[in-house]
Amino acid sequence: MYRYLIRRLFWAGVMFIAVTIVSYIIFFLVPAEPARLICGAQCPPDQVERVRKEVGLDDPVYTQYLRFLGGLLPVGIHPVSAKTPSLGNSYATRQPVNEIIKEAAPVTASLVIGGAVLWMLVALPLGILSALRPRSLLDRAGMVFVLIGISAHPVWIGLLLIYFVGYKAGLTPLGGYCDMVNPSTDCGGPIDWAHALILPWITFAVLFAALYVRMIRANVLEAMNEDYVRTARAKGAPEWLVMRSHVLRNAMLPVVTMLGMDIGLALGGAVFTETVFGLPGLGKRALEALEGFDLPAVMGIVVFATVCVIVFNLIVDLLYAVIDPRIRLS
Amino acid sequence: MALLEVNDLRTHFRTDDGIVKAVDGVSFSVDKGKTLGIVGESGCGKSVTCLTIMGLNPSRNTISSGEALFKGENLLTMPKKQLRDIRGNDIAMIFQDPMTSLNPVHTIGRQLVEAIKLHRDVSSRNARARVLELLKAVGIPRAERRVDDYPHQFSGGMRQRVMIAMSLINDPDLLIADEPTTALDVTTQAQILELMNRLQSEFGSAIIIITHDLGVVAETADDVVVMYAARVVERAPVDNLFKRPHMPYTWGLLGSLPRLDADMERLTQIPGQPPSLLNPPRGCRFHPRCPYVMNVCKETEPELRPISDQPGHLQACHLDEQTKDREAAKLVALAETG
Repeated sequence: MYRYLIRRLFWAGVMFIAVTIVSYIIFFLVPAEPARLICGAQCPPDQVERVRKEVGLDDPVYTQYLRFLGGLLPVGIHPVSAKTPSLGNSYATRQPVNEIIKEAAPVTASLVIGGAVLWMLVALPLGILSALRPRSLLDRAGMVFVLIGISAHPVWIGLLLIYFVGYKAGLTPLGGYCDMVNPSTDCGGPIDWAHALILPWITFAVLFAALYVRMIRANVLEAMNEDYVRTARAKGAPEWLVMRSHVLRNAMLPVVTMLGMDIGLALGGAVFTETVFGLPGLGKRALEALEGFDLPAVMGIVVFATVCVIVFNLIVDLLYAVIDPRIRLS
Repeated sequence: MALLEVNDLRTHFRTDDGIVKAVDGVSFSVDKGKTLGIVGESGCGKSVTCLTIMGLNPSRNTISSGEALFKGENLLTMPKKQLRDIRGNDIAMIFQDPMTSLNPVHTIGRQLVEAIKLHRDVSSRNARARVLELLKAVGIPRAERRVDDYPHQFSGGMRQRVMIAMSLINDPDLLIADEPTTALDVTTQAQILELMNRLQSEFGSAIIIITHDLGVVAETADDVVVMYAARVVERAPVDNLFKRPHMPYTWGLLGSLPRLDADMERLTQIPGQPPSLLNPPRGCRFHPRCPYVMNVCKETEPELRPISDQPGHLQACHLDEQTKDREAAKLVALAETG
């Protein structure tokens, strides 16, 4: 078990290095001059040169990369001392990237976790019921929903919702974010938080709900044809017990994997939904940072997203060993 | 009264291509404590017959008719709740593939305890004691430790022993074994059959054993039903079937048994393929493959009727009895001399 964990953590480290190196290389391949962007359009050449030196853009790429990795360490080397790991400062605003992420991550997490709860609330009953009654009216209606959910773009869904629910009916705010714990001047607290997020949750959940309905339906259908389900019926088990203890338990194994991976991935930023609703989450911040060639901000978000994916994959693997006895970590 | 009496059982499946008559007018009976073997090629309806008796066919596209009287009550028409109370309690079933018949995410102990608790109001401790007793009876070594293992930690033979333990746990009156040894290797097959014979004398259950292997029938059965293309073509006490088989299809089955002692170049085989059950042949369903085919076979379906001097031996063939006795005698002589 411990050997497995150590091996996993080692590979997570390798993956982390690979992802950040690739991000760095891509950034420096793009023909742009970050120093000029930092300094501003009216900046004279000598000023630009000074800025370049100041933020270290005149160093070779690998030096910059090592400096970035050094910043992530919890200990300083010159002199040796404990320090807080730092992602550096934004080129554009001089704000520490740690702070940018600390502000944006809760927004994205609110969107993703709430969205995941919503999409599972829709997908579980719909998927199971359509598997129980294949070709029924419910099954066909469910499949129409799946088709729409997969084809419709979240931006389009978001705009429709904003127009009809927010603007015409006036039931929800048109956009923006309310902090759940620290009320700002205009809004805040759990009720405002949920109120402002209803439309983003729906928009974000539609695609995943559609994908999960299809996946759950297929898994349940497959599990119902398994020999051990017939064995359970032959034992005299009533249908609800057959479903709960034999069909669902097995059908949900792959769903758990997918859920963990999808949440991990989405925590890095739900670009479309965040943009449509003006939510200051990681996706929106990443987009802004890319437009401004703000390397530290981009790297910070990449690092955070990578860590999310790695951590959630690890959680899924560990959880899998608990729920599927055939998998033993060794 | 027979323990189970099946009369004119029919099971038809609606498919996209039409109606498949998987079982088409099958009758037989099983007495208390006896073993009935059902033999036939793959797809002849042996398994579907038993699944119909147990009510385990998918209800959506299945049409069943006829009757299956268990202790006088028709299993096909009784309420679902009553049928569930019988399943696993009075009638238990063992399936062909032990590798897939146990739920991979539950320990075998849990699955066996579930089988008890569905029908008996017993404490967990007593249920577990009963489980251990059965696991020992079917020859699982170190049962106390293995009861908390998962199915994938057992070999195929051991899993089939677990399945047998599960089926016998509520002391059923009838055990249906659907090709219980087909998925196992030969030495394990012999052990499992031996075990079933021993447990039958211990528990006194009647057994229906479905197989395509006449060797299995010879070792275990008291009576034999030979099925071909969804119908019964011969029904006889086991000795009679091997000494005086009266149906060309049965001859074919007996002739295709591999023999170590016989000095034969190759196995005799039944020519052709089993017919489609979507659209079975007119007349005798075996006639396209029968070496003794006559004109009448192509037009009229032979009835299942007793041999003149053997009321317990039924067969469905138009051939006259002298010819059949002669051919059967040849076959038996060949088998005995090798």
